[in-house]
Parts: sequence; structure tokens; C-alpha cells
Amino acid sequence: MSAATFSGLPLHAWRAAVVVAVFGGWTAVSLADPNMRTVFGDPLLVLAQVKDWIYDGSIFRHLGLTVIEAMLGFVAGSVGGIAVGFLFLFVPALRNLFDPFLAVLAVVPRIVLAPIFMIWFGLGIVSKAALVTLIVFFIVYFNVEAGLRSVQGVLVERARLMGANGLALMREIYLPASLVWLLSSLKVSVGFAFLGAIVAEYLGATAGIGSLIAVAQSQNDPNAVMAGLFAVFLVVVPLDQVLTRIERKTVAWRG
Amino acid sequence: MSQGKRDSSMMAVEVSNVVHRFESADRSLTVLQDATFEVASGTFVSIVGPSGCGKSTVLRMISGLLPPSAGTIKVRGEVVSGLRTDVGFMFQSDALIPWRTVLENIALPLKFKGANRGVREERARAWIRTVGLAGFEDSYPHQLSGGMRKRVSLACTLVSEPETILMDEPFSALDVQTRNMMENELIGIWARDKRTVLFVTHDLEEAIALSDYVIVLTARPARVKAVHKIELGRPRDILNVRTEQAFHDIYTRLWNDMRDEVRRSYSEEKAP
Repeated sequence: MSAATFSGLPLHAWRAAVVVAVFGGWTAVSLADPNMRTVFGDPLLVLAQVKDWIYDGSIFRHLGLTVIEAMLGFVAGSVGGIAVGFLFLFVPALRNLFDPFLAVLAVVPRIVLAPIFMIWFGLGIVSKAALVTLIVFFIVYFNVEAGLRSVQGVLVERARLMGANGLALMREIYLPASLVWLLSSLKVSVGFAFLGAIVAEYLGATAGIGSLIAVAQSQNDPNAVMAGLFAVFLVVVPLDQVLTRIERKTVAWRG
Repeated sequence: MSQGKRDSSMMAVEVSNVVHRFESADRSLTVLQDATFEVASGTFVSIVGPSGCGKSTVLRMISGLLPPSAGTIKVRGEVVSGLRTDVGFMFQSDALIPWRTVLENIALPLKFKGANRGVREERARAWIRTVGLAGFEDSYPHQLSGGMRKRVSLACTLVSEPETILMDEPFSALDVQTRNMMENELIGIWARDKRTVLFVTHDLEEAIALSDYVIVLTARPARVKAVHKIELGRPRDILNVRTEQAFHDIYTRLWNDMRDEVRRSYSEEKAP
């Protein structure tokens, strides 16, 4: 893909300009009008807030908890989605049984289950991890399922005629075929895992970035809300980069 | 490489009174009705017939992918009762594994059969040279042309050196020139060690140019209408044989057999 860009400057310079324009504009607005400043906050105060949190160590406790919740749910949901996807491949009767239920559950916005999970599992880490698990499960399951469905029948028939047994079919055909779908679903899932954890914390928790944001909102403090977002950003972006790199390496055959 | 016992009197494939009925809840369709024929070891035999007459079905039944509704099929004297992994099968589509390179694709059948890495690679490389793909060992299927993918597919079929090779319209997706070149190469490879080939095609010219015998099937429900011996010399140059008078005589004779069946099949398809 050739990079279409504006003339004069390299693309990176233009992108830097966008960042400067956004933050410069934000700073300018908040400096020009104190009313705007109380609504939109001030980038410098956001940074100051982050610095305070780092100094008193609270950010690590909150962020750490959110990361643990998101990752627990991410792992449990991915493993569950992969396991169920493959189970249904080998036992189609189970798939036929559960298909309509999964289809119905898939249209229910999972976030609305957060309150019931809090009643069941309390305000701690379990209710958040459970919600994230459910969110990630559906993303991964549907992608793995689609990946396995995308395997052409003729590829399987040919492999069996060449002497492939069940294990070899799995290793040579089904796993690699679903890998592309799996990796792209994992990438999407990381974002949703944090979304689930933070929203659940926001709805009811004593710690975590979501609760930090909830407190800041109740105090009408836009800087602290923004600082919370910024902290999440610092974790999610590198994670996404890592997954993107793995994905690119694994699907090199696509050219 | 094991040549096995190649007794020319031995039958590679025996199809006796084979029926294929397609059953669904509301109707039953007889695709193949009482097909009987034999393929002698080491011969090149084609099956032609109007579309939908069950040519491919016969191959699928011989390989064990599909059980016959009635009748028996034997491969090298043995009744087919399950998948025949000793039989080579070349599908109409390339069916190459997209995430495997040319070399890996060709070595895969040997891997499935438990050959060690050294043997796999050596034999795969030898076949890559045979089908003229040297230099493309590390390419992925999507980087190759349709004709090159067919060569890979051919090498995949032949690399485990099956005695009997079933080919289901393998070249039908290629343009005419590429197809003729591939046919010529196939015949060259076949002539080296005379394995048994059962080749399904809807193209009468292709069948005549390649084969020792051509089996003509009737329209559905299909039976064997006739078996024609092709009296053209060997070795045969596929690119020139079509211009010979003998070729035209045979073509006329076979087309007389096939014409009515094609017409019948066509008018039935038009009918609601």
C-alpha cells in the first residue's frame, strides 16, 4: 500500500501536527475561558493529576487491579471461546442444541449483566472478571467458529485421502485455519476486556480505574477523569501493538 | 521406490453393478444406475458423459469418500469399505493449503504417511523439478498462477507414488492452452512408470487425446453406454494428436454415442 500523503511534509510530521493541534487547541480553550476549563479540564492539570497518582502510588494499585480483572477475563473468555468452538466442531449435536441460545445471548448487550454479576459475586474482582469473561467469550467463540467454518470441505477431504488422522487434521488444517480469525478476535477482545472491567468498576467497586473515574465524575473533576483515561491508554496501546505484531508474523502467508 | 507387483492382467479398479441414489426427505434421485466397468492396471482410462451424470460420484466412491447405494467396488482386488489412502486423488479445485509453501504442500502427504523429514524433503524436491516448479519451493499458493497451482496439486497427488490415480476434471478451470500443456506433461509423467489413471472429464477431446480407453456414461440415471478403445499410438504428443485423421474418426464415433445423452441431459435440466 503506497502511503497517500499531503505534500510538503512526511506523514509522521502531519500526524504530529494533528496531536499538537488537538492538545494545543484544548489548552488554548481552557486557558482562554475559566468556564470551559471547569467543563473540559486542562491538559496540564491532567498530567499533574497523573503525576500525583504516580507519586502517592495509588495509580499502580488501581491500574493493577483493572489489568488483573481484564486479563483474568480475557484469558478465561478466550480459552472458553476456543474450547467451545472446537468442541462444537467435533460434536455437531451440541452445536445444534446450543446454537439458538448462543445467538440470542449474543444480541444482549453484555454490559447490562454487570449489575446481576455484582449481586452474585459481590463488588470485588470476581464480578468484574466474570463480566469480562462473558464479553470476551462471545467475541472469540464467534470468530473461532467462523474460522473453522471457513475451512473448505475439499481441503479436509483431500487431507483425509492423503492419510491424515484426526490429530493431523487438527494440527495441519483446523488450527491454522482458525488462527487468523482467532488472532484478530483477540485483538478486538483486549479493548473490550478493559471496557468491561472499567465499566463494571464504574458501576460499583471500591478500587480500580473505573472507580477512580466514578469518584472523579462525582466530584465534577474533568482532569481526574481524563487522567484515568490516560492511564488506561498507557496499558492498552502497547498490548495492542504486541498482538498486532504477533498477528502480522503468524499470517505472513497471506502476503 | 517400490514398484510393487504390476501384473498387466490385474485389474486396478473393478466397478460392479454400482448404484448411487441421492435420498432426501421428499425425493429420491438415482444418479448412477447399475454401472459396471473395469480398469486394467497401468492403463489410462477416461470417463466422459453429460454433466450431472455422476462421473465425479464414481471417483468418490472408488476412493471410499462415498459408499455406493448398491453394488461393489474393488481396488486392486480388494473391496472398498473405507477411505483408500493408497489411491491418489486429484480434485477439480487445487485444494492446496494456503498457509503452506509449495514445498510444504507437496511434502504433506508424506508427512501424513509418517515419512521422516529428510525423505519428505528429498522426494518433494524431486517432484518439484518434475513438474517444472524449481525456484518456487518457498512460494505460497496465492503467489502462483492457476497453471502452477495445478502443477503443485499434481505433484501432491503423485508424491506418495500411488498405484492408482483418480482425477476429477483436474484441468477444467484452466485456459485451453495451459490445459493442453498440462495434459502433455501429465502424459509424459504417466508414460515414465505407467500407473493406472482414471480420469473424469466432460471434454471428449481431452479424453481421447489422453486415454487408452474412454468410458461413455449415459445421462442420469447413468449407466455405461460404451467403452471405446482409443487406437492412437504411444508415445503420444497431445499437442499434435488432435490434428490427426485417426483422432477425428474416433472423435466422430464417440460423439455419436455422446450426442444423444448430452441432448437428453440438457432437455431434462431445462424441464422444471
